[in-house]
Amino acid sequence: MSLMSILTLVISSTLVYSAPLIFTSIGGTFSERGGVVNVGLEGIMGIGAFAAVVFNLTFADQFGALTPWLGLLAGAIIGLLFSLLHAVATVTLRADHIISGTVINLMAPALGVFLIKVIYGKGQTEPISRDFGYTSLPLLKDIPVIGDLFFAKTSGPAWLAIIIAVLSWYLIFKTKFGLRLRSVGENPQAADTLGLNVARLRYAGVMLSGILGGIGGAVVAQSISLNYSAGTIVGQGFVAMAAMIFGRWNPLGAMAASLFFGLSQSLAVVGAQLPVIQNIPSIYLQIAPYVLTIVVLVFFFGKTRAPKADGVNYIKAT
Amino acid sequence: MKRSGKIGIGLGIVVVVGAGIYAATAGQSNSKASAHTVALVTDGGGVDDHSFNQSAWEGLKAYGKSADLKQGKNGYNYFQSNTASDIKTNFQTAVKGGYKLIYGVGFAASPALKEVAKNNPKTNFAIIDDVVKQKNVASLTFHSEQSSYLAGVAAAKTTKSNTVGFVGGIHGDVIDTFDAGFAAGAKSVNPDIKILNQYTNSFTDAAQGKTIAATMISKGADVIFQAAGGAGNGVFAEAKADNQKLDSSSDKKVWVIGVDRDQYTDGQYKDKNGKSANFTLVSAVKRVDSAVEDIAKKSADNKFPGNKVITYGLKEKGVGLVKNSASNETWEAVQKAQQKIEDGKITVPVHP
Repeated sequence: MSLMSILTLVISSTLVYSAPLIFTSIGGTFSERGGVVNVGLEGIMGIGAFAAVVFNLTFADQFGALTPWLGLLAGAIIGLLFSLLHAVATVTLRADHIISGTVINLMAPALGVFLIKVIYGKGQTEPISRDFGYTSLPLLKDIPVIGDLFFAKTSGPAWLAIIIAVLSWYLIFKTKFGLRLRSVGENPQAADTLGLNVARLRYAGVMLSGILGGIGGAVVAQSISLNYSAGTIVGQGFVAMAAMIFGRWNPLGAMAASLFFGLSQSLAVVGAQLPVIQNIPSIYLQIAPYVLTIVVLVFFFGKTRAPKADGVNYIKAT
Repeated sequence: MKRSGKIGIGLGIVVVVGAGIYAATAGQSNSKASAHTVALVTDGGGVDDHSFNQSAWEGLKAYGKSADLKQGKNGYNYFQSNTASDIKTNFQTAVKGGYKLIYGVGFAASPALKEVAKNNPKTNFAIIDDVVKQKNVASLTFHSEQSSYLAGVAAAKTTKSNTVGFVGGIHGDVIDTFDAGFAAGAKSVNPDIKILNQYTNSFTDAAQGKTIAATMISKGADVIFQAAGGAGNGVFAEAKADNQKLDSSSDKKVWVIGVDRDQYTDGQYKDKNGKSANFTLVSAVKRVDSAVEDIAKKSADNKFPGNKVITYGLKEKGVGLVKNSASNETWEAVQKAQQKIEDGKITVPVHP
């Protein structure tokens, strides 16, 4: 293989792997910036994957090539509704965030499989007919070298995720809403004293995580697994949480961390087929992503700090 | 006086209930003496998991039909295990239910089956895809290397780049049979064929499967055999993404070989002109259903093969290759190879 084709391969598989993680880890960032720990991301992704697959199977004939994109919307809406459970439990009813999130995680795959059984009469769905596949971006793909590497055979949802990451960074750090969201995550008392509605802002944070987590699940289902079963989402939600922490509760950081996970995963697989690297026992390639993560965390990062009131329920004094 | 009265009432209840249970169980065993009842205890999945459990259940239904039994307590039935801890309880429930023959599916079931079988020597058990050495247990295993050999023949006959790929799940005796059989089959057609080989180290990580497939395709592989469970979905996803950009008759089309069940529907896609096409070349299937039916019949005829390992190969129709989209020329070569294996002229290796 030529260097060019190796690079193309590594970049495109990194983007495919990272796309759902970027969406979901940014979702987690919104929730935690507002002070609600969301370990339910895994469950939200699962229900988003379920919604996207059902939508895709039902409407593929009507919407044609547009179906997977609308499937993202379906995943977002159902993810939003599902995250409301978490918001009601934690913000309104002041439940423990970890317990509520765990309930979400336990409920999602069971509910998904149950509904698949009710709708289709079997334990997993048929493969979807319209998936994301590979996209080539018009104009950008004609740039010499870079076009071939990044835009000619690439993942559409990944580029959408990168755009969303930049927008989210702007939203959190440069707008009034972002400042308010961060303030209820750091010091809800002070925010309340200044007249902010803590509950409403926290709801907004959790709902944004529901939308983005649902989209993340929909991306997995429509670009990687192509059907829905209990095994569609196994662990991606937790990897996304790790990316959020790794990225220091910053959307751009979360995006970079997700891409890093994707890159190390892709190098481990692609490396096994490359000359020279091929001769390294495969076990070292398989543990490489994890070793790299630890090395990066230890040497390049100081102490990471979560929002101060993250996971702490706010009880308004009356 | 008051207290002893209470004890008396308590004793009375115990006697009545006890007698009732005795009568019920006694009646049960009498009425069942004639019918050879069978039950299936599933592993993690349900009886519609598109895989082992479903196939085993179909075999049981087929047996029930031929023996004129009804689904339920006095005929054939299944017990679904939602988690691994349900398996043992389900075996015990099945034994209490008086079934004559009880099936366990997969290696996850074998520790529980071993223990329950030991404590209930009068009930017969069968374990699918694993070996349990006990007098009242029959072990059913499959010569997957034989069907994989045929898959290798089909792949080597189809490839235009002289490069094929194998994507395995987790290293071990079971996946080894697929790996070794496929390589031997491909090499029997063309000793110089290039076989790429990589494992996902997971039966669920579809993203891994997809990346591995992408790597193999860019190295020139145009036929990929996947034996990696859910991770194999990623191989289909990658091939589909590539094929959608090509004409359906293109030389660069990538074929995927299905495993365990007929995966024809997984290979359905639309090419760049919107034409419907399919890229599932063949499927190396495991006929768990015919093995299950076979043992039920043997057991009903009092020929239960206790303490024996019965291996189902091509000859016994326990494994096989489904044609799917393969060309007639390819299929002819496959059938010739199948004949040779059935005649014992070829012995397929089980380890790479």
